[in-house]
Amino acid sequence: MIEVISEDRCTGCNICVSVCPTNVFDITPDGIPVIARQDDCQTCFMCEVYCPDDALYVGPQTTELTGITVAELEAQNLFGSYRMSIGWVRGGRPRPTHEVMKRLEHH
Amino acid sequence: MVSPSTAANIAAPSASLEFDADVLVIGGGPAGTWAAIAAAGKGAKVVLVDKGFCGSSGATAPSGTGVWYVPPDPVRRSQAMNSRWDLGGRLADPAWMRRVLDQTYQNVNHLAEWGYPFSDDENGNSIRRSLDGPDYMRLMRKRTKAAGVKILDHSPALELLRDETGAVAGAAGIRRQKGDTWLVRAGAVVIATGGCAFLSKALGCNVLTGDGLLLAAELGAELSGMEFSTAYAMALEGGSVTKTRFYEWASFTFEDGTPIPGAASKGGRSVMARVLQTQRVFAQLDKADAETEQAMRYAQPNFFLPLDRAGIDPFRQRFPVTLLLEGTVRGTGGLRIVDNGCATTVSGLYAAGDAATRELICGAFTGGGSHNAAWAMSSGFWAGHSAGEHGLQYRGRGRRYVRAGGVGVADGSGRAIDAATLARAVQDEVHPYDRNYLRSGERLTDSLGRLDGLWSGIRTAQAASFGEAQRTRESVAMLATSRWMYHSALSRTETRGMHKREDYPKKDDNQLHYTTSGGLDDVWIGKQRAPSPELEELAA
Repeated sequence: MIEVISEDRCTGCNICVSVCPTNVFDITPDGIPVIARQDDCQTCFMCEVYCPDDALYVGPQTTELTGITVAELEAQNLFGSYRMSIGWVRGGRPRPTHEVMKRLEHH
Repeated sequence: MVSPSTAANIAAPSASLEFDADVLVIGGGPAGTWAAIAAAGKGAKVVLVDKGFCGSSGATAPSGTGVWYVPPDPVRRSQAMNSRWDLGGRLADPAWMRRVLDQTYQNVNHLAEWGYPFSDDENGNSIRRSLDGPDYMRLMRKRTKAAGVKILDHSPALELLRDETGAVAGAAGIRRQKGDTWLVRAGAVVIATGGCAFLSKALGCNVLTGDGLLLAAELGAELSGMEFSTAYAMALEGGSVTKTRFYEWASFTFEDGTPIPGAASKGGRSVMARVLQTQRVFAQLDKADAETEQAMRYAQPNFFLPLDRAGIDPFRQRFPVTLLLEGTVRGTGGLRIVDNGCATTVSGLYAAGDAATRELICGAFTGGGSHNAAWAMSSGFWAGHSAGEHGLQYRGRGRRYVRAGGVGVADGSGRAIDAATLARAVQDEVHPYDRNYLRSGERLTDSLGRLDGLWSGIRTAQAASFGEAQRTRESVAMLATSRWMYHSALSRTETRGMHKREDYPKKDDNQLHYTTSGGLDDVWIGKQRAPSPELEELAA
């Protein structure tokens, strides 16, 4: 479930407000967006993927919050970690060798 | 009693934002975007509405999926078709499988031309058998816009419009972030709203509440195969990421660590469903070595996301798992298709993707997502193509536009619907494993008593307020879907494909038919003959 918007990282582009399929965020008049309908979050992680500032964190569970803080997320390098893992970063992501990838085919 | 809007009282429905189009596509996932692009390719003026955001909405965008991409080599094609035949309870139609294989091959090759980043194999050939959801749907949004399609995001359709002949003539809805209304008059409409997963929070599925099935049924459209709606996917307990395939490398245990006899992600999921009714089930991917782990992490990063964040090493630790309902998203039931252009039984109305029945290529069972992805892009393409041709005929023609919406949107004399309460009441009947996954005539009848009762209780409801309109219609759609599902399930007195009846545990080959259904106040059930199996050709 969406849990954190980092005030330090967020630049107020409001892309998350647009891309969230379940309309969890609201624009605010002079600031960064807010999590307005947290219970509607379906934990699809799309907001994180689309956030250009790596300012969002979605916890692993659909109904329980983790209570993790911005400082902890920074310390553990969790901001932007999903975006990086799908390769939505400069240079993409390294693909394992063909031999390794074939491990999935012949199971 | 609800008084459906009549031509007399709303002769010319209006809204804050109005469009005249040849084709309206409802839903912006793979099927909807392919439909919009195909319709625009016919020269049609196209509007696409999505209740969320075209590009991130639906089951595909946040996930990764295989694609039924098989090069046109007769032996490989025939193997591909045969591999599904028995699994689908022999209800698939070989002619449709063949044309989906053809169309999917073409569409995926288009994706490559459009710049989708397929990887190459060791011989330098691009590997086109899988798609990453975020990349795929970002590209599809881009191509949809480039085709000249007008996209309205966060714009749920609340009701269809019809004309004086009963043909579909557009739709009306709201723009939830703008606080106003929209209306599109269109010569043809494509329903690409996905299946119904009953707000289970399976990955990306909470926007999939059967909305399009309700819209279409209000115009009299028919459904098919709604008994094949028992798909449940594996996920970390409390999580959303459903990637059942990787559990092929898992061992399953009770809380105390002893193995669960017969439990498996493939062919042993009902064992788990039974255990989960009374206790927790644990998994560990202990059959995967370090290299397999590396391949898995690359192939499906989202599988590991909740596990990593919960501090679980799934290869070296046991972790609790659950089964999340995917209903007709991975099930094969949906709107009945009556021709090669994906027309429904309503003039001008087409269906594609999970909103349309996938029985034609999968019969009674869908395992992995590859057939679903193939179906979405093929049926979307055909629906858009034929909707384009059909819609263009209405250009400049005078029509009468009538709002066709019923419960929750048309005015009634009763109290307004409490959407959250209604949704919960429906979930109570369709989520439990012992009601939906493992069915019996007695329990289906018991659930139907309450579900039909719920419908009686809301059919005279007054129209929902602006703020409640979307949720209200979603809950009404869930209720309607659940009734088609269970009435269909009750009528199929055998076990076939994913439809498992404890009171009829065997296949009965006198029931090799498609179950049709429809109706709202009174649900009806019918039968259509399944296609001739062309067994000799399949065996070739």
